[in-house]
Amino acid sequence: MISILLLNYWVAMILIALGIFIVISKSNLIKKIVGLGIFQTAVYLLYISPGKIIGGTPPILADSFSTYSNPLPHVLILTAIVVGVATSALGLSIIIRIKEEFGTVEEDEIESILFKEKR
Amino acid sequence: MSFFISQIPALIVSVPLFCAPFCIISNHKFLSWFIALIATFFSFICSIFLFLNIQENMVISYAMGQWLAPWGIEFRIDKLNSFLILIVSFFALYACFFGLKSLKNDIQESKISLFWTSYLLCITGLLGVLITGDAFNIFVFLEISSLATYIIIGLGRDKKALYASFQYLILGTMGATFIVIAIGLLYVSTGTLNLFDLSFRVKNIVDNPALITAIAFLFVGISLKAAIFPLHTWLPNAYSYSPNVTTIFLSATATKVAIYLFFRFGYDIFGPSDIISALSIGKIIIFLSLLAILFGSIAAYKQSNIKKMFAYSSVAQIGFITLGIGLMNSSALTGSISYMFAHALTKGTIFALIATLIFSLKDIDIKSISGLVKTQPLIAFLFLITLLSLIGFPGTVGFISKWYLILGALQYKSILVIVIVAVSSLFTIAYVWKISKLIFLSEPTKQNLDIPIIMKFSCVLGSILVIYFGIFPGFLINNANEISSILMSR
Repeated sequence: MISILLLNYWVAMILIALGIFIVISKSNLIKKIVGLGIFQTAVYLLYISPGKIIGGTPPILADSFSTYSNPLPHVLILTAIVVGVATSALGLSIIIRIKEEFGTVEEDEIESILFKEKR
Repeated sequence: MSFFISQIPALIVSVPLFCAPFCIISNHKFLSWFIALIATFFSFICSIFLFLNIQENMVISYAMGQWLAPWGIEFRIDKLNSFLILIVSFFALYACFFGLKSLKNDIQESKISLFWTSYLLCITGLLGVLITGDAFNIFVFLEISSLATYIIIGLGRDKKALYASFQYLILGTMGATFIVIAIGLLYVSTGTLNLFDLSFRVKNIVDNPALITAIAFLFVGISLKAAIFPLHTWLPNAYSYSPNVTTIFLSATATKVAIYLFFRFGYDIFGPSDIISALSIGKIIIFLSLLAILFGSIAAYKQSNIKKMFAYSSVAQIGFITLGIGLMNSSALTGSISYMFAHALTKGTIFALIATLIFSLKDIDIKSISGLVKTQPLIAFLFLITLLSLIGFPGTVGFISKWYLILGALQYKSILVIVIVAVSSLFTIAYVWKISKLIFLSEPTKQNLDIPIIMKFSCVLGSILVIYFGIFPGFLINNANEISSILMSR
């Protein structure tokens, strides 16, 4: 029963781990950005879950409502979403420039190009 | 006038922010530089006002939009962050002033106005992190500064700059997101985002495992931003391939701001509840700092790219700063705080000198500086002063901070710490000797170009400050002492 109540958190944690794993394991730069996106989105879930109380209403002071959900985490996450979108956009545009300069978006190929130039 | 003074905390952050779009609109090399110069100059003047004000009032609290803390966003300024705001805004001005001539060589001419836009946004972010008293706001400002940093690194002419910028983007975003997770956990378990409020409420949740998780995420996230060994991997490439103005600015400010977060969270917020010492985080930081000092110094010695050499040296110097944080006694903290100032001044000037040399020699290989004393005697002399400060030679600003740090290490009573600090100073001497030998004892190999007056002036100014604060350390030591006693008493 407890594990079902905490399902949101389990999902968030699994997604966080998956996101980090993609960033570390994939050599393709675009896939890395995708992994980063999954990682960040999972953190949004982590924030939103505790804000919602099942049966709770928006925090409006009225006689018929007694349980309120907290809107603040949701507002915070709106800001974080904007930051996440900006990060992905910047990352992808840097990838376009990398593709122009190096001719590839694979990390190991870029490393080998840099290694050859060093010698 | 009094209204103006009361609004300074908001103005110091918002003026660079509002000036940034005007740099794009102007779309002109000189004009955009001039706008950036005015904005940074204004921030610097504001930070002086703020600093003088703090000497009388101890704490200034500014309610953003008049929503009172702890519900609204509070800008809270005390001794610690007013001192760091002074450092950051000074180097923002310094690097901006230096950048007029230097930038033309480093990036495409059409992108200069875009560079100054991102530069101003980066300053906004860094000052915002320092000034804010709201935990989530720290993340937002941190990301503003980071996104701008990726841009000003990636604009470098070398294609490696793009790859360095991308690597920093991945690691920096990871670090910032870790900080968000930590802030989220703290918010859920205490119900507040205001840092000052948080420091009282943390006491009530000492038994909560969420607190330990939050501290772990926070520690890793900030370490990534501060480039603490082994999370330093983004730093050498980001510093070496970025435009020179970026290197001067970042080496003097960016990592210091992340280290400020260590002070803020480690001493101010978690300090009163003894959780940090219970988890023995101090010992972990000491261990990592010693590794950073050894690794950074050895790696610096092996480099042939002169910018990369001093980038690795930064890794070692950051190790010294964090060592003082880990030792957790008042003289070590004084050392650590004055070391931040000393390192900003020394490294900023060294990178300004290197930028001048790159401008004049068109080469970043270390061999190109051989025989510099014959071709550019002034620059060679200034280089010597800053290098001596890097070692910690008496009479320079580097000596003062290292002295207090070693006093702190002696109080800690661990032989290993003292031995490693001493040995690593020898490594520092090794790479400084490697450069000095080339400058003073070799024959010149390359023809020099003339150096613009603006660059000469900046280099001379930096070196004079290095000597000045070495001979008259009263200002630095008094402030560092006060800050450390406030932090220790929390």
